[in-house]
Amino acid sequence: MADLKVDLGKGLTLSNPVMTASGTFGYGTEYADFMDISRLGGIIVKGTTLHHREGNPYPRMAETPSGMLNAVGLQNKGVDYFVEKIYPDIKDTATNMIVNVSGSSVEDYVATAAKINELDSIPAIELNISCPNVKQGGMTFGTDPKVAKEVVSAVRNVYSKHLMVKLTPNVTSITDMALAVEEAGADSVSLINTLMGMAIDARTRRPVLSTVTGGLSGPCVKPVALRMVWQVSKVLSVPVVGLGGIMNATDAVEFLLAGASAVEVGTANFINPAVGEEIICGINEYLDQNGMNSVTELTGALIV
Amino acid sequence: MADLVVESLTTMPNGQYYRLILRGESPLLDCRPGQFAEVRIDQTDVLLRRPISIHFVDKERNEMWLLIQKAGKGTTALSSIQRGNRLNLVYPLGNGFNATDNDYRHPLLVGGGVGVAPLLMLGAAFRNLGVEPTFLLGARKALDLNELDEYEKFGRVFLTTEDGSLGEKGFVTQHSVLSSEKFDGVFACGPTPMMKAIAQYAASHDIPCEVSLENRMACGIGACLCCVEDTRNGHQRVCADGPVFNINDLKWQI
Ligand SMILES: Cc1cc2nc3c(=O)[nH]c(=O)nc-3n(C[C@H](O)[C@H](O)[C@H](O)COP(=O)(O)OP(=O)(O)OC[C@H]3O[C@@H](n4cnc5c(N)ncnc54)[C@H](O)[C@@H]3O)c2cc1C
Ligand SMILES: Cc1cc2nc3c(=O)[nH]c(=O)nc-3n(C[C@H](O)[C@H](O)[C@H](O)COP(=O)(O)O)c2cc1C
Ligand code: FES
Repeated sequence: MADLKVDLGKGLTLSNPVMTASGTFGYGTEYADFMDISRLGGIIVKGTTLHHREGNPYPRMAETPSGMLNAVGLQNKGVDYFVEKIYPDIKDTATNMIVNVSGSSVEDYVATAAKINELDSIPAIELNISCPNVKQGGMTFGTDPKVAKEVVSAVRNVYSKHLMVKLTPNVTSITDMALAVEEAGADSVSLINTLMGMAIDARTRRPVLSTVTGGLSGPCVKPVALRMVWQVSKVLSVPVVGLGGIMNATDAVEFLLAGASAVEVGTANFINPAVGEEIICGINEYLDQNGMNSVTELTGALIV
Repeated sequence: MADLVVESLTTMPNGQYYRLILRGESPLLDCRPGQFAEVRIDQTDVLLRRPISIHFVDKERNEMWLLIQKAGKGTTALSSIQRGNRLNLVYPLGNGFNATDNDYRHPLLVGGGVGVAPLLMLGAAFRNLGVEPTFLLGARKALDLNELDEYEKFGRVFLTTEDGSLGEKGFVTQHSVLSSEKFDGVFACGPTPMMKAIAQYAASHDIPCEVSLENRMACGIGACLCCVEDTRNGHQRVCADGPVFNINDLKWQI
């Protein structure tokens, strides 16, 4: 049995490189009937904002070729509810419980991160900078390196534990974004968030989603995600967490080869609620079959 | 999550509906009427599971029935599954109908189109409680109304068709039994306009009414928040907080 342990730095050590992606795994408890969720390297819980959000109107989902669009719109009950009602129930889960933090202004991000900094059993946050910056015309934080740097630096000032920053692929230069957040103090970056897309019902001549556009995920985004992970891992010194369309252990291995130190699994959980555990086993088998002693040997081992 | 074995597939006379009988290799999990299964369809162009109501459970034979309409690529692909094949199901999901909370004596079970599916099991449950349910089933034409002998095992059956080819002509909400008898509970599943009309009937007669919604789902287990319905308690997950809702909790204009 190979060593699956991964150290992402700044106090975030994973028993194996497989985490579950925010928004696709609830708070973990939803999946407890299907697998031993404590076997995961980490669980990144639902996007949490400063205030309660009802999210977007229904319909919020459309299946597309080899993927799906979602427009959930960060429905959540706000960080105070999380701290008081949800945290007590999940804090003893024997894996890294990581909170995905979202916001619509720098102040929101900072206030939310500061509250989560107080929670002993949350070793890290994943800062979701794919959100629209309401104060500055709705452009997403994650599409302008200057704005991204500003929000990450501000959060860095109040957040003392592991700060993972999640990048959106809807940019011209993913490496510029990655370098900007690294310089602002990110301890790791995760990518990719969903790709902006849309679906149309020709019969009714209407968009399928209430919001017209939505976020694309699933196997169809994997080639884009792999390319971005590969480009980013070449220029960063902090670890990269790869995700986007991972459906099985082979997909996960590909992300590690491209340069990721760990991976997140999202949409695949909907199709196979036990997929996380299967991917962990599959990575282990791959390492054994290839005579590797540690999963860290795979990171960036792409032969070009 | 379990693999069930296809025991039989029966195509209904309209060519659009089919009934799958699945057999468990180990004892089936307990299911309540109104709960559903997320069915994995092994086709490269079908990614997500498809939610399908549990039509009936035959405990003695350890069999589960599904009644499915060919609505698109997934349900059409599934219609060519063979006897002996395995089908992967996540079940039972959702809350199900509340048949036992109230002491119903005269429940009305209203179904339209393939929405009749969960009512067979609900009817059986009432029968087990010693209550004779009344089924009111509607469809476009006679060929869309199937398995009537199955419903008759558990209760009385009234029918409507839009073209008048079977039962009374018109919609379920126009059936004479609604005015000739007094019901003390209404349980409905089918197209939204039908359920809204039935909800209106129930509300105006002060009868408790539960409806089963069919919002589009991704995870089916309450994790993704894709399937929400706007209710009086905010956006609620149809897969986990429903699919059955009391009409008083919905924001329907009735
Ligand atoms: C809780 C629940 C229980 C259900 N029970 C049954 C059942 O017992 N029998 C049955 O035949 N069907 C049932 N359905 C509906 C069934 O899930 C859809 O018909 C099916 O998912 C369509 O898949 P498809 O691949 O065939 O169609 P697709 O190719 O995905 O789509 C074909 C068309 O159907 C529409 N559609 C897709 N999903 C839904 C949906 N969930 N609701 C309404 N329209 C949809 C699409 O917009 C499209 O126009 C149920 C749905 C829910 C949510
Ligand atoms: C229904 C749904 C909800 C999501 N919610 C969030 C969220 O709240 N925060 C976030 O950073 N990413 C969110 N995502 C994006 C995923 O975490 C992930 O980045 C993306 O789906 C790509 O991975 P996948 O192809 O494995 O799903 C969501 C994705 C889906 C499908
Ligand atoms: S389908 Fe995911 S929450 Fe209902």
